[in-house]
Amino acid sequence: MGAGAGAAAGVSRLGGAARAWGALTWYVKGVLGESDYQRYVEHLRRAHPGDPVPTVGDYWRERYAEQDVNPGARCC
Amino acid sequence: MRSPELVQKVRNDPGLPPVAIIDRRPMTPGKKILFAAIGLVAAIAWALVAFFRGEDVNAAYFVLAAVGTYVIAYRFYARLVEYKVVRPDDTRATPAERYENGRDFAPTDRRVLFGHHFAAIAGAGPLVGPVLAAQMGYLPGTLWIIIGGVLAGAVQDYLVLWLSTRRRGRSLGQMIRDELGSVGGAAGLIGVFVIMIIIIAVLALVVVNALAESPWGVFSVGCTIPIALFMGVYLRFLRPGRVAEVSLIGVVLLVLAIVAGGWVASTSWGVEWFTLDKVTLAWLITGYGFLASVLPVWLLLAPRDYLSTFMKVGTIVLLAVGVIVAQPAVQAPAVSSFATAGNGPAFAGTLFPFLFITIACGALSGFHALISSGTSPKLVEKESQLRLIGYGGMLTESFVAIMALVTAVSIDQHLYFALNAPAALTGGEAGTAADYVNGLGLGGTPVTGADIQGAADGVGEESIVSRTGGAPTLAFGMAQILGSFLGGAGMTAFWYHFAIMFEALFILTTVDAGTRVARFMLSDTLGNLGGPLAKFRDPSWRVGAWICSIVVCGLWGAILLMGVTDPLGGINTLFPLFGIANQLLAAMALALVTTVLIKKGLLRWAWIPGVPLVWDLAVTMTASFQKIFSDVPAIGYWANHNVFREARAAGETSFGTATTPEAMDAVIRNTFVQGTLSIVFAALVLVVALSAVWVWIKAIRAGGLPTTEEPDSPSALFAPSGLVTTDAEKEVAAEWKAYYSDNPDAVRTGAHA
Repeated sequence: MGAGAGAAAGVSRLGGAARAWGALTWYVKGVLGESDYQRYVEHLRRAHPGDPVPTVGDYWRERYAEQDVNPGARCC
Repeated sequence: MRSPELVQKVRNDPGLPPVAIIDRRPMTPGKKILFAAIGLVAAIAWALVAFFRGEDVNAAYFVLAAVGTYVIAYRFYARLVEYKVVRPDDTRATPAERYENGRDFAPTDRRVLFGHHFAAIAGAGPLVGPVLAAQMGYLPGTLWIIIGGVLAGAVQDYLVLWLSTRRRGRSLGQMIRDELGSVGGAAGLIGVFVIMIIIIAVLALVVVNALAESPWGVFSVGCTIPIALFMGVYLRFLRPGRVAEVSLIGVVLLVLAIVAGGWVASTSWGVEWFTLDKVTLAWLITGYGFLASVLPVWLLLAPRDYLSTFMKVGTIVLLAVGVIVAQPAVQAPAVSSFATAGNGPAFAGTLFPFLFITIACGALSGFHALISSGTSPKLVEKESQLRLIGYGGMLTESFVAIMALVTAVSIDQHLYFALNAPAALTGGEAGTAADYVNGLGLGGTPVTGADIQGAADGVGEESIVSRTGGAPTLAFGMAQILGSFLGGAGMTAFWYHFAIMFEALFILTTVDAGTRVARFMLSDTLGNLGGPLAKFRDPSWRVGAWICSIVVCGLWGAILLMGVTDPLGGINTLFPLFGIANQLLAAMALALVTTVLIKKGLLRWAWIPGVPLVWDLAVTMTASFQKIFSDVPAIGYWANHNVFREARAAGETSFGTATTPEAMDAVIRNTFVQGTLSIVFAALVLVVALSAVWVWIKAIRAGGLPTTEEPDSPSALFAPSGLVTTDAEKEVAAEWKAYYSDNPDAVRTGAHA
């Protein structure tokens, strides 16, 4: 009984930790731009279902090539 | 849901769930009590900061006063700006939705975009300015950072973000031309370019001053380049797209580089190789800026940016935790004698206008207007989120500035001035510096040369005398605060170099990105002149890229070199120019915003950007006027110029702080350049301001004028507005979820399709 409740609490604590870790990685990947590829693929699937989906390497090559000719400022 | 009759859910398409919520519910009693309590705590903290004159004013009061004020301002003042000026319409598709392409136009979660926007606006500026301004005591800086942030800086950021969002994410320069006409637009464009050059030069000067004669610093900051190259190659060839992973590896390598720096600096070959003087460093940084501008982005710029973002958030959190945990006692007076006498060693001039010039970032930063127009407007999901991104983002930066100020004012006053007075005053040695600072009448226990040397040894540096520029002072203060509870005295040197490293990292990221942006501005402008120059418009033309990069780096490199060799102390003479430049950019942005408000018939609310605009013009024009016309050589560039010219003409071979005829010539040349730049800046901004006033008069006479706002297009998505999702928003979000699970084929396509 007591042990069962303890184990349940342990599992939920584990679940909480997993959720927190998931939220943290979701956020970090979002801010750094890692999730942008996924977002692009989803966009293609949704809006242009027939179009070929680039590989992650190709996506980043193109993206950096775009940044090469279209720089963004950083503040002081 | 509480009182659903006051919540209106708006649909654009009867077949779709609502796209907007109009929530007219008053605050719950619980919330009212909460905000009243926050207001009360902030008021008490303010009273303690402003009127308490005990032995130690606790740094925690500053944190409470700042955070309390931000919460109240965000909840009430920003809400007023939202209701009366921005009037967000969530039934309208934002550029991210309307032009969605999954790349630069993409609806992005508001919390992610907040982090993204904050990382783009925050850099070394809010860390450096408050540190220098601490010479006037803690009170003026605190007041300006918090009040200026709330009433000026955050308003500017919020409203420019709004303008750009309503204009498909157009840039500040384009919007000035569209709304103020071609003359104002041209002045704006040149202004942005010149201002960018001076900002890069002064920031680079801060890095040079932090790294000069410091083998540890040079080694560890130098390591960031191979680390970035490694990350670039890793991302390109080994594990494409693993940005978070490679950033983490980069941060670990960075920490190792700091530790290794301490070891390298303790060897004789390390000292020999990595002890560089300022002139060498200035050349190296200029060369680095050139390389960063012509190398592909994936190799150097992008990975550095990841590192910088990671370190930015991490160290700012660390500093905040440090200040709250360590609660250092404040050593500076509330208002020092330098505030009124205007003879401070870190920078010359009286409180008005020079305090407001020195603290630009953190209170009001025109550079943010460049960031707020462009990237973030193309990512925001709903207009009602702009308050969180624009206003909230700037409040966070203001908080960073408060942390930097607290760090600086908690340093022993004698040490603070030993660090920040130029070598011409301190003599550059611990002994002479002790004599100098003891003669300043700072009160407290006088310091000895051995004390100053001991402080330098404690942070692993050869000397801390005249390490001007703000970065070493902040690093010194941060090392004391963090060392007091993390690792003790043994770790102080590590924390010092950790702080130097991240400041250098931010600044070099700004230098990289700024050089690139300026290079493109230059090539665009040249290309638009037409004729044989039209070729410059082609970004893939390598020769053009090289020429423009050389010109841009040459311009800021020359100013940097001028700063490092200036016999008067480069920071002392150039930092005001940096602040004036940044604030003048803010004047352009605020003039633009005010113009749009008047054109839209919102004259009654034009004071919201208008008051900051008038204040900013008063500050910058007074400062420019004094820099141009003051007859005090320490303040006026031309006064100094003339004094040295006359001395030279009289055949003198040394004068003031210049000990050789060459040094005298350098002063004559530098003051000429600085004086000319002051005139150019002021003139450009006056042109923009006058064009704005001209448009105001026309608009008021006509009872409003059309603006270049994009026409409405209906939204077909929903997203919550604030940081926390409300119960009504949760309901609508659930409706959308149910809708998509019932209609898996009905997918959001954006309007462009």
